[in-house]
Amino acid sequence: MTSFFIDSFIMFTTMVFFFAFGWIFFMHYLFKDYEVHRYSVQIIFAVTFSLSCTMFELIIFEILDVLQSSSRSFHWRLDLYIMLFLLIIALPMYSFYFVAGSIPRMPDSRRVRAVFMIISWMIFIYFFHKLGDPFPILSTHHGVLSIEQGISRIGVIGVTIMAILSGFGAVNYPYTSMFYFIKPVTDADIASMEKRLSQTLDIISSKKKRILLASRRNSVSNNSKLWGLMFQGIKSSFTLSSPDNIKQLKHEILAYEELSRQLFLEVIDLNSRKERIQYSQTYKGIYFNCLGYFFSLYCIYKIFMCTVNILLSRVGQTDPITRSIDICIQYLGFNFDVKFWSQQISFGVIGIIVITSIRGLLITLTKFFYAISSNKSSNVIVLVLAQIMGMYFVSCVLLLRMNMPQDYRVVITKVLGDLEFRFYHLWFDKIFLVSSLSSIAFLYVAHTQKPDH
Amino acid sequence: MDVYAVDLDRVRVLVVGDSGVGKSSLVHLCCHGTVLANPSWTIGAAVDVRIHEYMEGTPQQKAYFVEFFDVGGKQAHSNSRSVFYHTVHGIVLVHDLTNRKSNSNLSKWMEEVTLTGSRLCTGVITGTGDGLQSRVPVLVVGTKLDQLDANRRTAVLNGDSEIAEEFGAEELLLDCTAAASLAPGSGNAVKLSRFYDRVLHHRYHRHSPVARNNPTAVPGPRRNSPTRRKVVKHSLWEINS
Repeated sequence: MTSFFIDSFIMFTTMVFFFAFGWIFFMHYLFKDYEVHRYSVQIIFAVTFSLSCTMFELIIFEILDVLQSSSRSFHWRLDLYIMLFLLIIALPMYSFYFVAGSIPRMPDSRRVRAVFMIISWMIFIYFFHKLGDPFPILSTHHGVLSIEQGISRIGVIGVTIMAILSGFGAVNYPYTSMFYFIKPVTDADIASMEKRLSQTLDIISSKKKRILLASRRNSVSNNSKLWGLMFQGIKSSFTLSSPDNIKQLKHEILAYEELSRQLFLEVIDLNSRKERIQYSQTYKGIYFNCLGYFFSLYCIYKIFMCTVNILLSRVGQTDPITRSIDICIQYLGFNFDVKFWSQQISFGVIGIIVITSIRGLLITLTKFFYAISSNKSSNVIVLVLAQIMGMYFVSCVLLLRMNMPQDYRVVITKVLGDLEFRFYHLWFDKIFLVSSLSSIAFLYVAHTQKPDH
Repeated sequence: MDVYAVDLDRVRVLVVGDSGVGKSSLVHLCCHGTVLANPSWTIGAAVDVRIHEYMEGTPQQKAYFVEFFDVGGKQAHSNSRSVFYHTVHGIVLVHDLTNRKSNSNLSKWMEEVTLTGSRLCTGVITGTGDGLQSRVPVLVVGTKLDQLDANRRTAVLNGDSEIAEEFGAEELLLDCTAAASLAPGSGNAVKLSRFYDRVLHHRYHRHSPVARNNPTAVPGPRRNSPTRRKVVKHSLWEINS
């Protein structure tokens, strides 16, 4: 009994540590330029992050056989229940609450917001439930409120997001890190584009000045009728004061403003290409360039394997670790303690996968947040990102199961329930294939569309 | 009064600040006197012009164009903004009163403008021998005053802004969605027109005999706490236009 308390104490300490990490990440990276008005958003984000990291931690403990097996099971279930509560109930409701606050014509009373929140949550739950129908993800003998119902659907959404992100990332990474794809840029190009931009801005400003002068003339001549009569002849020769010309000037101004925006985007593009070229001449750049080549080969291999898997409807039964150990023993004649080494290698491989997934997702979320957030929408976007993060990490756990030797899979299978794991891997392969092929098509079109200067 | 002049002299005022603080609404309000209906993110820079009568009511009255360069504040575009900092005669720093971080980011904005500005210009620094201010005039504007709750609003209205003191600038606090904020004769409109006068004076009349003989005729910024004069961090802040 005391060992259970000690184990729980250890678990809660690590949870608090992860919570602090999530809190700091939120403050220093996500909300770098915004003042936090509602601490509840920050708390929910940090709690979601902490629970996800705890799940990974439990897997690592599983491999290393730290803590008692019964307390591990207990914490797994506790973690999953709270995670499900957050992902299905708390986060969606809270996001809808904020969305209700920002709809323009909504009366600003709490009751109206609460009603809107509950109705949209019901619609969300309905579609969430419907998600289970087209997919053969459950054996039918489970109750409505069992843990499998929630996890299976979350798994579908999370695996889809994972596959889209990895598909795009696998194609985009070689594209951005390999120099083969960078078109050369000279300082003269940038200077000439900047000159065009300044000239366009000067044209816009001179047209606006003409409108101002014309209206000034009109107002003065309206004020003094006598002078107006005397200068009627002169005034008629100033065709600028007629309203038609002002209208035409305004149309021209709009066109030039659009042109100035396009030119500015071109300048940004040229400057980023120049930065990439400068980066490519550093050691770091060369190193990542070589990595990019390897990665592109890996990406082609993965696309090929996905196609094979889908065509043959094949899901590997043995994990890569056990398989490589087998190869080592059979063909290379090494003789070592299989159980011990498989444990160490599993720990290393799973640890690396976990850390790179967490880091990769946090970086992607931050970039996404900077691109689309504004002062008003920052709370809603953070909550949506927290939800994506939670679903992503749950599906990570699901798919991680395949990378672990049989002994360690048992607990995940027991805790996550009786899911059709085969389906998720096939689904991942399908979406990965679609995502990577469409990214290749998209990047190809974008690359060839860019005009050369 | 030269009503039929085809062209007046001009000065250029740069309007910078974080993304979403309300620079485009502010510039629209200053130039047209009406509220901007559908503000959207500014890509690059938006130019707007207004005519200002320098030294109105005195014999030296002259009309000038004041060009506002409203520079978009997105972080991703920071490497390309330097093209707008070539000629700068006045700087307006805009921050959002509901977001304290946009206030602390103003010093970064000032650094960006002065570093690029001094790098682009030939580095001629005006001498301080004539005793007048040789630095480009700065104005600090706080927007979204209406969205503050009552306690914060009184604190903000009665307190002094650190950034404004650091640059020797005045501070305007207003709500860009109310056209009455800059109604002629209101406190904010008076401060704004003082700022325009300072910009024009700095650009055109610094070395004129009138100014030299009568330094007090030059409108200067308010100085509420002469004892707490901070060391100005930005020694590069002497852009010669």
